[in-house]
Amino acid sequence: MDLNTMWFLLLGILIAVYAVLDGFDLGVGVISLFSRREDHRKTCADTIAPVWDGNEVWLITGGAMLLAAFPPVYATVFSGFYLAFLLLLPALIVRAVSIEYRNVVDSPRWRRAWDWGFGIGSLVPSVLFGVAVGNILRGLPIDAAGDFRGTFLGLLNPYALLLGLLSLSMFVTHGAIYLGMKATGGLQARATAAAARAWVAWVVLYLGATAATAMAAPSLLADGLRRPVSWAFAALLVASLALVRVWIGSGAWGRAFAASSTAIVSVTSLAGAALYPRLAPSSLDPAWSLDIFRHSSSPRTMLTMLVIVAIGLPFVIGYTIWVYRVFRGRVREGGGY
Amino acid sequence: MDDPVLLSRIQFAMTIGFHFLFPPITIGLAWLLVGIEYMAWRRKDPVFERMGRFFGKLFGLTFAVGVATGIVMEFQFGSNWAAYSRFVGDVFGAPLAAEAIFGFFLESAFLGVYLLGRGRVSRGVHWVSILMVAIGATLSAFWILVANSWMQTPAGHVFANGRAELASLYEAVFNPSTLPRFFHTLSATLVTGSFFLGGVAAFMLIRGRAVDVASRALLIAVAAGALSSVLTAYPTGHEHARQVARTQPEKFAAIEGVYATGAGAPLILFALPRSDPPRLKARVEIPKLLSLLTFGDLNAEVPGIDRFPPEDLPPLWLPFVSFHNMVLIGMWLSAVAFLGLFLHWRGRLSTYRPYWWLFLVSSPLPLAASQFGWVAAEVGRQPWIVYKVMRTSDAVSPTLTAGDVWVSMISLGLVYLVLLAVYLGVLWRKASQGPDPLPPSNPAPAANPAPAEVQ
Repeated sequence: MDLNTMWFLLLGILIAVYAVLDGFDLGVGVISLFSRREDHRKTCADTIAPVWDGNEVWLITGGAMLLAAFPPVYATVFSGFYLAFLLLLPALIVRAVSIEYRNVVDSPRWRRAWDWGFGIGSLVPSVLFGVAVGNILRGLPIDAAGDFRGTFLGLLNPYALLLGLLSLSMFVTHGAIYLGMKATGGLQARATAAAARAWVAWVVLYLGATAATAMAAPSLLADGLRRPVSWAFAALLVASLALVRVWIGSGAWGRAFAASSTAIVSVTSLAGAALYPRLAPSSLDPAWSLDIFRHSSSPRTMLTMLVIVAIGLPFVIGYTIWVYRVFRGRVREGGGY
Repeated sequence: MDDPVLLSRIQFAMTIGFHFLFPPITIGLAWLLVGIEYMAWRRKDPVFERMGRFFGKLFGLTFAVGVATGIVMEFQFGSNWAAYSRFVGDVFGAPLAAEAIFGFFLESAFLGVYLLGRGRVSRGVHWVSILMVAIGATLSAFWILVANSWMQTPAGHVFANGRAELASLYEAVFNPSTLPRFFHTLSATLVTGSFFLGGVAAFMLIRGRAVDVASRALLIAVAAGALSSVLTAYPTGHEHARQVARTQPEKFAAIEGVYATGAGAPLILFALPRSDPPRLKARVEIPKLLSLLTFGDLNAEVPGIDRFPPEDLPPLWLPFVSFHNMVLIGMWLSAVAFLGLFLHWRGRLSTYRPYWWLFLVSSPLPLAASQFGWVAAEVGRQPWIVYKVMRTSDAVSPTLTAGDVWVSMISLGLVYLVLLAVYLGVLWRKASQGPDPLPPSNPAPAANPAPAEVQ
């Protein structure tokens, strides 16, 4: 396998792991937004308190790796999404502070304010994740010089918003399952109901998104369907989504979580399989698309970075698993870890 | 103002300046906590135990704002500086990626265990957690300084395919300014952490809160502050200045106020820089000292700004004033710390109230010195974004409009103002409350049930 493809895969893995890990803690945040009970909102934040920060690092790492491996793509996409980042960044900032500052001052108004920050700060990135992917799949107005020639409002097109709702439903399902695993009593019961409803939304939105992709990005979809790996991931998606529903119903939360993680990885992989070898298709002219061969770093940089990742990532995976083991088990209502 | 380049520079200065209020505190404080928690663990000393728990909480609150504001930085290279990212991303991306892999993951994973894992892991593992946080934070500092130092003194690259490409990772990482700047910055974070620790302790002493914890914390702060403030000046600051003289003579001339090339250059202690023509008013100087300090020879020639073409010169006023203010604050902090050591020697550190006030008032000054130092470093690098490789004016995103930057600058600025108010308010409140009393002996299993019991 060539270096460029390995980097495409590595970036895909980073994004998929990000979606699985931050996916559940964003989802928990969205669920807390709809909870009327303060103790439930507190427990929601408590379940993710020790791990959310590490989860978000996968996003930061993805950004840095994109810059290192495909600098022109990083430059075009990040400057093109300029105003969209002004929705994302304040949301992420407020969310980070909300989780850590919520319990510092013993006042209902203080906690209420940060609960809003946590909830909305989770809702916005959950939607924007899909919006970003949707715009990439649909193609960005990239000109011959590789510059983004669209507008902010153009990014909020119906197709991208549909994918935004899809990612929201994925993360809410995933987050509800996580709560099912970590919470007790009334909150767990609420999580069960939320998971079941969000699962329906996920299935419906996924079917809708696939149909919309056939209209918004037909050639991309056709490319994806030509690859056997797509069919493997599609089969995996169908199986894991079905199992998610079964295990939510039987309260087998650990299994349901594994299944929803698999489903999220499958959805991400399907998008990746359709894109390959492009990273940012141009809607103006296919020849102006940014791809992994013409818009990569030098082979030396890609190889050097691969070595760095090969040294660093095993440690990251090792101690991340250890941290999750340290905090395994349920969080008692109102009790925290 | 409708120049996207200038506006993007201001925005970058604002976002990085605000962000860098927090990491210097947490990097320095992390290492102090490594010591404090070690004593609490090995000596089973309740004073250290309460100190660790209390400052651990303040550490977490500070770290959160640092993380939150740090996210913005990772995006800005692409959003505002797309041309820069395209031209140097092949080299510049590597240290950023290494920072994430080696630094961010480590600190964030172990921070959760340190802050919330008490009672879930053994005391030893809990101590290792804060040690890992400190190591992770230091590695982050190293890699981001590698990235910035490469912009100051680029090395290990070749020009190919219309861009800068990595030729030698080793040379790019250990470019001429990396190590001097890393050690200087690291010791400055210890000064900042020490004055944070001591400032809160002084506040608690003034308020009469947890006097046993506060007076010991103040002593630790005074000792660590004295040591680190000296190290920040010598050898690290001194070596960094000598390196700038060798590798970026324009910047050196600007920060030291050398306007005319000559042998036996004086060290300017104070002056008011004026432009048109560039000159220094009201100067106070020590003859020949700059030549001696820089090149070890009283009569060595120091290149002045008259030596360089005007289009390659940085602004003169800001780097000079920032650099001199940094040095002035550094000397003040050293004096405050050594006064504390003297008072301790006379047995009066924990009784002499005016000193507590002096320390409290001085406690934010290391942050001011850091900001001044960075202004001198970054404005002094102008007009280059990468010294002698790429001009700042060529680096901005081609699609960026002034309106975009105004919108982002105002909205981020407002968010940052709120954050600052919240942070200071919470800090005030926590310091007023002081440390909690220790839970009854061996509280861990009762307060934090082990996993097996909860399931």
